[in-house]
Amino acid sequence: MVDKVLDLVTKTDKQIAEAKQALADMNGEAVGFEYYDKQEELEHLEGLRSDLLEQCRDLEPCDHVYIARFAERPHIKDFIDALFTDFFEQRGDHLYDNDDAIYGGIALYHKIPVTVLGHRKGATLDENMKCNFGMPSPEGYRKAMRMFEQAEKFNRPIITFIDTPGAYPGMEAEAHGQGEAIAKSLAMMSHLKVPVIAVVTGEGNSGGALALSVANRLLMLQYAVYSVLSPEGFCSILFKDTSRKKEACKLMHLTADDMYKDGMADEIIPEPAGGASADPVSVYDAMDKAIYKNLKELMKMSPREIVADRHRKFRKI
Amino acid sequence: MDIEKDPFIMCKGCHRRSRKSQWESHYYTCPVCGKLKNISAPYRLSIVFDSGTMKIVNAGLSSEDPLDFPGYKEKLKEAEEKTGLKETAVTAVGKISGVKTVCIVLDSRFFMGSMSRACGEKITKAIEYADRHKLPLVIFSASGGARMQEGMFSLWQMAKTADAVEQYSRDGGLYISVLTHPTTGGVTASFATLGDITLAEPGALIGFAGPRVIEQTIGKKLPKGFQRAEYLYEHGFVDAIVPRDELGSTLTELLMLHGYKVTGGKNGR
Repeated sequence: MVDKVLDLVTKTDKQIAEAKQALADMNGEAVGFEYYDKQEELEHLEGLRSDLLEQCRDLEPCDHVYIARFAERPHIKDFIDALFTDFFEQRGDHLYDNDDAIYGGIALYHKIPVTVLGHRKGATLDENMKCNFGMPSPEGYRKAMRMFEQAEKFNRPIITFIDTPGAYPGMEAEAHGQGEAIAKSLAMMSHLKVPVIAVVTGEGNSGGALALSVANRLLMLQYAVYSVLSPEGFCSILFKDTSRKKEACKLMHLTADDMYKDGMADEIIPEPAGGASADPVSVYDAMDKAIYKNLKELMKMSPREIVADRHRKFRKI
Repeated sequence: MDIEKDPFIMCKGCHRRSRKSQWESHYYTCPVCGKLKNISAPYRLSIVFDSGTMKIVNAGLSSEDPLDFPGYKEKLKEAEEKTGLKETAVTAVGKISGVKTVCIVLDSRFFMGSMSRACGEKITKAIEYADRHKLPLVIFSASGGARMQEGMFSLWQMAKTADAVEQYSRDGGLYISVLTHPTTGGVTASFATLGDITLAEPGALIGFAGPRVIEQTIGKKLPKGFQRAEYLYEHGFVDAIVPRDELGSTLTELLMLHGYKVTGGKNGR
């Protein structure tokens, strides 16, 4: 259901932008009937948009999956632009290659130097080809580890953004040690002496997501999902039938609510009806508040407490 | 010998049949072609430890069905009846050539060796025990990956076990990881690839993504030998490929090289 509604919202958004542009173009000219007609049209469109979004409440878990993967949803670059200043990108693992599926560097967060990184999905097909739809290779995880080590060295807190269909299941990735790279990242993160906050912004699937999630606090956007495997993969393994996705999504406990109830997510960041793409600015604000509050708390802890706190979080499950 | 008690067993590799006693004398390596048969965790432990020294711990720990997954409890029961185990991982302490060692074996007969919350808990407890008592650690991995029926509770075990291995390693513990057929998914991407020394059994399939998933992704057949132990050895992810009848002597040598005082045990070194 939500897929059709969100498509309509996207269409309406385009019409709204066109109407606004038309009104702007008319500005300065003598106000005629046309101007009022356009204004009425715009009001109608905006009404239609909010009606549509109202339909996106009380969603099924599979609708959350749809929203989490929605192409218009903000991605890591949007979050970095909105919440951080003076971002300096760090590229490559300095061993073999640069993997664009992991994006990150150093930036200021409320004037505090931090390391910020995460999975990168593209907004367009070209971008997605470049960053492999957010599916990292071992080089990506090794780049992340390079950033983790430096963050610890310079005592910078770390903020990670999680949004990936999973680690890339390709031949080269295997030959270069995909499993080993993820394992090392998990081990390294578990003992970092600086605060780590992970924010699940879209879909978090499998070990490829977990590799950046060993954090003191795991925050999730309201419609973000986290699961052991993509619901499609889950269906094909357990049911041998991909048409049972809706049922699988329910069983998997993959919504932010489920993750919170199961004791793995620490906080849920609210989204507007229809998801972050309907009003990204409100999400940036809510996300900023949540990250800042948690970071302040964590920055009061000693390095030893930071490691112990993270250990407790993962040991109890 | 009574022929009834010594039946023929066929090799899945060369399809030749050999007597059970011949298989046993080679630790279930085919006497004709050398292909390995998968062995149970209790049998593995019995050939690794000096006889009479093994104590299995936390054998009663079993899965709790955290997601209330339909049909899961029944399947667990079936697996238990089939294998006599309550979980994938069997953890034990015993002596290898006289050196007290913690050993963890994943049994691929139990839910394809998949990692459940209870399995992760048993592994973590065993690593923590090795850490507390400054004992060397040997883990024999064999796994299809995460236990789907436990969802995120299963995935979480990757982080939990990696954390435990990291602490053990920082405290100076020696961890020898032995990759057996098949080691894939979340186990490959956590404790299995974090050993100080990584050994593999000949021909073992070792990888993160399964071959079928890779083939679907890239749209072509994988070359022969891809993701096999020999391939990983060639690419430097495995230190040595060890046939089963050399395992005892290899472990003994490695313990000795790390300063442990080894004596002649059952494995006769």
